[in-house]
Amino acid sequence: MNLLTSPIKQAGALFALALDVLRALPKRPFQTKEFIQQCWFIASVTIVPTALVSIPFGAVIALQLGTLTRQLGAQSFTGAASVLAVVREASPIVTALLIAGAGGSAICADLGSRKIREEIDAMEVLGISPIQRLVVPRVLAAMLVSLLLNGLVSVVGVAGGYFFNVVIQGGTPGAYLASFTALAQLADLWTSEIKAVLFGMVAAIVASYKGLTAGGGPKGVGDAVNQAVVITFMLLFVINFVVSAIYFQVVPQKV
Amino acid sequence: MGVSIEVRGLTKSFGSQKIWNDVTLTLPAGEISVMLGPSGTGKSVFLKTLVGLLKPDEGQIIIEGQDLVTLKEGDLYEVRKLFGVLFQDGALFGSMNLYDNVAFPLREHTRKSESDIRNIVLEKMDLVGLSGAEDKLPGEISGGMRKRAGLARALVLDPEILLIDEPDSGLDPVRTSYINQLFIDLNAQIDATFLIVTHDINSTRTVPDNIGLLYHKHLAMFGPREMLLSSEEPVVRQFLNAQTVGPIGMSEEKDADELAAESGKELPPLPPIPLQLGTSDGTPRRAEKPAGEWCRANGIVPPPGSFLSGNAGVPGVPQNVEAGRAALS
Repeated sequence: MNLLTSPIKQAGALFALALDVLRALPKRPFQTKEFIQQCWFIASVTIVPTALVSIPFGAVIALQLGTLTRQLGAQSFTGAASVLAVVREASPIVTALLIAGAGGSAICADLGSRKIREEIDAMEVLGISPIQRLVVPRVLAAMLVSLLLNGLVSVVGVAGGYFFNVVIQGGTPGAYLASFTALAQLADLWTSEIKAVLFGMVAAIVASYKGLTAGGGPKGVGDAVNQAVVITFMLLFVINFVVSAIYFQVVPQKV
Repeated sequence: MGVSIEVRGLTKSFGSQKIWNDVTLTLPAGEISVMLGPSGTGKSVFLKTLVGLLKPDEGQIIIEGQDLVTLKEGDLYEVRKLFGVLFQDGALFGSMNLYDNVAFPLREHTRKSESDIRNIVLEKMDLVGLSGAEDKLPGEISGGMRKRAGLARALVLDPEILLIDEPDSGLDPVRTSYINQLFIDLNAQIDATFLIVTHDINSTRTVPDNIGLLYHKHLAMFGPREMLLSSEEPVVRQFLNAQTVGPIGMSEEKDADELAAESGKELPPLPPIPLQLGTSDGTPRRAEKPAGEWCRANGIVPPPGSFLSGNAGVPGVPQNVEAGRAALS
């Protein structure tokens, strides 16, 4: 029985926290300082790894597509396909990995250690809602940073793709650049950014939830971080699929 | 002038594990009460339930006519402004220095100017003996200092109720005495209702007006200090005198065999009841009662040597019972 109810309870508590965050969103005073600090913090732990991950990611896509298009005899569409792959899927996924792995784990560890030091309890006793004070700025910061990171990954990924296709595989620069907009459209970029914002939100909420419910001393915080990252990854890939599926239903594709 | 807390039929369990059952007591306004209990009997859980951090399964907690258990979140935050809570490790915000920690509640809840805040913060820091440590971070100071800084933070909003979780854990005996004296002096100054959770016997015997004992998932006894210190009730007697003979075993309860084995053992006589700790300047607190009043009112003869010294009955401190007996007769 416990085996069955406990995951449902956890999921319920997670959604409850998400609702609480939503409710606390319009509450004043808005924690501007905390928000800026968190933006800076999340950005500082994610920017460099994101850039470094997105170069090989773009390169792998370019390599795969370069070979595939040659086999199909559609070399002129290499650029088009690679832009599409990077913007639509690769960059939100890379953003998700980094926001969850670097940003989320840091948020979870921070809140978890505060929880076991009873700082969170103390805050509540002092009449301050930790959700409004700590969680809301973190969620907003993660959303903003992942929006911006997504742009960064797109640019770096496309540039990496260009470099590998043109310089390494000996593709034609003109054809690569000219086919950029053959398949991709503006809606792709929008969807990609929407995905990134959703990922940032989910990663921060899961990390906050796990952090705020951490217990059992320092080991509890370690476990919480571990679970937060795993749960976030699973959720993000599901959300990614759902958003993609909706996108193809809603937005007409170029022919 | 303090606020009383009325607890009725409070029950709490975590999953299938019952923590305590049907706890009913009233913490009298302006008095100091101590909640005792063997390790792991949910003393800290009780304290957290009193501030509404944990929801009990059943029961009521009534403060100023409001039931804390059924209050909405927004109202709960309002009622909590009556409380000052000192957590076990001080629960200071690690990212702020001591000054900002103590100033935090003032900045959040009042519209005082920075210079007013500064005056209050410095006064409270001085009160707990932390002058000059304002710029230190919580990570840089000792546990005792963190505790005192936590106390200063709990005091800045002039609470009506002060809840204190294990003030003596990790403190040396001298610092423990100082902090006990501080509680007495504070109570005289601000007349707040105090609840101290501890298992330090020495503090329990000398500091409070009332003592409660949580044992085996229920409240074994709650009442005036002299009532518990003169009680013959096995659990109370065993705990307050730190004996191995009695119903409390190494792990929770003793089984029937163990109890049978010690049935013939004679309990040592009840040690004398010590004098209650007075304020440092000698002026009586408002809630203070004359020594021995409860015993006289209830026709209980206190153990010989009672009310002669503040150290009476402290385990390990040699007692001059003969001198006490002579003085009494």
